[in-house]
Amino acid sequence: MFAITFKPTDPYGGIGAGWTLETLRSLANPNYPAIIWRTIWLSIVTTAICILLATPTGYFIARVSSRWRQIILLLVIVPFWTSFLIRIFAWKVLLHPEGSIKNVLVFFGLIQDNTSLLYNTEAVLLVMVYTFLPFAILPIYAAAEKFDFRLLEAARDLGAHQLRAFISVFLPGIRRGLLTAILVVLIPGLGSYVIPDIVGGTGGEMIGNKIAQRVFADRNLPHASGLSAFLILAVLLPMLAVLLLQRKKERAAPIIEENA
Amino acid sequence: MKHSRLPLIITMIVLIFFYLPILVLVINSFNASRFGSTWEGWSLRWYERLWQEREIWQALENSLIIAFSATLVSIVLGSTAAFALHRYQSRLQQFHYTLIYTPLVVPEILMGISLLLFFAAAGMELGLFSIFLAHVTFCISYVALVILGRLQDFDFSIIEAAQDLGANWWTAAWKVLLPLLAPGIIAGGLLAFTLSIDDFVITFFVAGPGSTTLPIRIYSMIKHGSPPLINALSSILLVVTFVAVWLSQRLTGET
Repeated sequence: MFAITFKPTDPYGGIGAGWTLETLRSLANPNYPAIIWRTIWLSIVTTAICILLATPTGYFIARVSSRWRQIILLLVIVPFWTSFLIRIFAWKVLLHPEGSIKNVLVFFGLIQDNTSLLYNTEAVLLVMVYTFLPFAILPIYAAAEKFDFRLLEAARDLGAHQLRAFISVFLPGIRRGLLTAILVVLIPGLGSYVIPDIVGGTGGEMIGNKIAQRVFADRNLPHASGLSAFLILAVLLPMLAVLLLQRKKERAAPIIEENA
Repeated sequence: MKHSRLPLIITMIVLIFFYLPILVLVINSFNASRFGSTWEGWSLRWYERLWQEREIWQALENSLIIAFSATLVSIVLGSTAAFALHRYQSRLQQFHYTLIYTPLVVPEILMGISLLLFFAAAGMELGLFSIFLAHVTFCISYVALVILGRLQDFDFSIIEAAQDLGANWWTAAWKVLLPLLAPGIIAGGLLAFTLSIDDFVITFFVAGPGSTTLPIRIYSMIKHGSPPLINALSSILLVVTFVAVWLSQRLTGET
């Protein structure tokens, strides 16, 4: 039984051993730092925006009456399960040179007629936030649902300002959800390929695009795997950071309980 | 006590942000005009055109074949993996757990390229079968973790009781363990099915000529095709998703 369960997942290990040899070669290319920097920067900004929007949303969903909660949850889950290709395409239509948003903005004189909304870094950022936001809301909501809201009231009874109570009581209370949300946005963000491919153009390329180009355009598999190795490193770093943070918190937790 | 209205406002903005593009897309799918910018009245012609597109139906068929077979295989392998993880204690377990967990946290593009490298190294031909294998690899993880969650609440003394009453191991597993685990297995299977039918990135890497799945078809339509057709196709898929989510919410809400 062990042998059977192991077999299908084995490929990763097998390939993993082959990667290390190629890492050095890919890093030597002078074009990559800009793209790597853009990838990391875009992912971090996306994560930040998602968390900023998802936290109040999760808080709200956890607090409304259960009838409304069902409806809003349904509304959040549907985009979550909708094919992300369709959702990216919807934005492509909106941002299209002849699309509605552009017409509205030109009408109000906010942008010039020849400005392109599509194929730049901002478009990638917008669509990334749009795509990953449901993934951030759900873990935060799950954590907020278990949160004891009487704690917030207690904080305010003790004189804390509303915002202050939110930041120093609610946020630590849903720490786990926040960490999960950060991970589920940051990691696919770093590896995103389809979004910059469809709305990004040359100004919005990310590591993922480079990997795909190496595979499909010039069939240079070792090069692509070198880049992938780098991406793995980029993904492992935040994961290790979160793991360490959780370890530390877990070790700290019993002490707090003892004091209380 | 007075509550801040800010969370409400942000939630509303988020929901509008979610649905505005989708709404525009659905409305445009009924637009008679070839280009989304001008409105030329309601029409169903894009849906009719869609009906005639052979390639889309072929792609849908491929997608369904892969999703069904990958789901079945990953249910079997995933539940055995979960069972092995739960039942046996050994130093290999930590490794096994990491192995199961990895596909969940690795970006899809990395999964795609590592599978491609693997298939290339093994000299395998890319096609429906390679897609199927790729889907099984990531579906197993989801199935295994969902079932593992169920197993953790499972009281194994029931099995022992069945065995005390004279059932052999297989009968006990078949008559007692399986029915009790069924909700977990079904949930895992549904998850695997959705993931498989929806997957684009991994499939894109391991698909060969002549093995187009629906997401890949949609992608190439977005890149080179006619927007109104995708509008129509997307609207149909949106309705399907909406109904599926609504149904599953109803089902889980009542049980």
